[in-house]
Amino acid sequence: MILEAIVFYIFSAVVVGAGVGVIAARNPVHSVLFLILAFFTAAGLFILMGAEFLAFILVIVYVGAVAVLFLFVVMMLDIDFERLRSGFVRYLPVGAGVGLLLLVELVLIFGTWEVAPKRLSSVPVYARARLTNTRALGDILYTRYVFAFEMAGLILLVAMIGAIILTLRHRTEVRRQRIAAQLARTPKESVEVVKVPIGEGA
Amino acid sequence: MKSLLVAYYPILIFLIIAGGLSVMMVVASLILARQRPDSEKLSPYECGFDPFENARIRFDVRYYLVAILFIIFDLEVAFLFPWAVSLRDIGVFGFVSMAIFLAVLTIGFAYEWMKGALEWD
Repeated sequence: MILEAIVFYIFSAVVVGAGVGVIAARNPVHSVLFLILAFFTAAGLFILMGAEFLAFILVIVYVGAVAVLFLFVVMMLDIDFERLRSGFVRYLPVGAGVGLLLLVELVLIFGTWEVAPKRLSSVPVYARARLTNTRALGDILYTRYVFAFEMAGLILLVAMIGAIILTLRHRTEVRRQRIAAQLARTPKESVEVVKVPIGEGA
Repeated sequence: MKSLLVAYYPILIFLIIAGGLSVMMVVASLILARQRPDSEKLSPYECGFDPFENARIRFDVRYYLVAILFIIFDLEVAFLFPWAVSLRDIGVFGFVSMAIFLAVLTIGFAYEWMKGALEWD
């Protein structure tokens, strides 16, 4: 399919370009926007590969929530990013050295990687013609991989409690609404009727 | 196997039209309209005030807490989609495993509620 190849190359080019934009943009807010573009196009690539569910989760979770979190972090940090970037040339040799080392390691790893020829064909794959992608995931995630699934739940619980413990500070000087106390008040304890003699008021 | 590109063809067309339209509007305003910029026109307009402050002010960390809690429940809902699709096949075992998952997260929800993490004082 020539059309599929064209779409793949367009999406890939946009992903790579957006990735370069993330690290090259001067304004960190622009970096986050480039990141969102990269997420969207990566979702397109997932759809091309037939992983519909992953694509939509990428859009819902990463674009909808994680990118918002990144924006919060970027805006909450009171950092002058221009000043941080000013040492770019000075740190260039060290950064280039580390990058080169990582590249050599990656080449060494993937250069010596041998895929056993029978391994790929023996992996059980659901027939796509019969099942949709989401259905194929749901059929095994909650039964065969139930342990990993419940672990995911526990990790989410830990994340929730950790976030609350780390960030929750109740200010003490603020007067907050106590609805139960409000509703429990009776006219007897809060209203007093005073008889004022005529001519002696005020 | 029906290609997924065929199934998502309308969305691809939609993306092309959206991108083309936005590029066309920017380019057309550059070409067709008269461009006579001055400093007042180019400065950001803020209801008549001077935009004198830096946008990078600190804000309350509680926004961040709300965002994190939102992500967690978002993921919880994301797990519900494939479960709902194949509930007929995975039977009681799948139902109970999701019930346990939801119970675990409900513990977190109860904790959050009791601590008053979503209250804005």
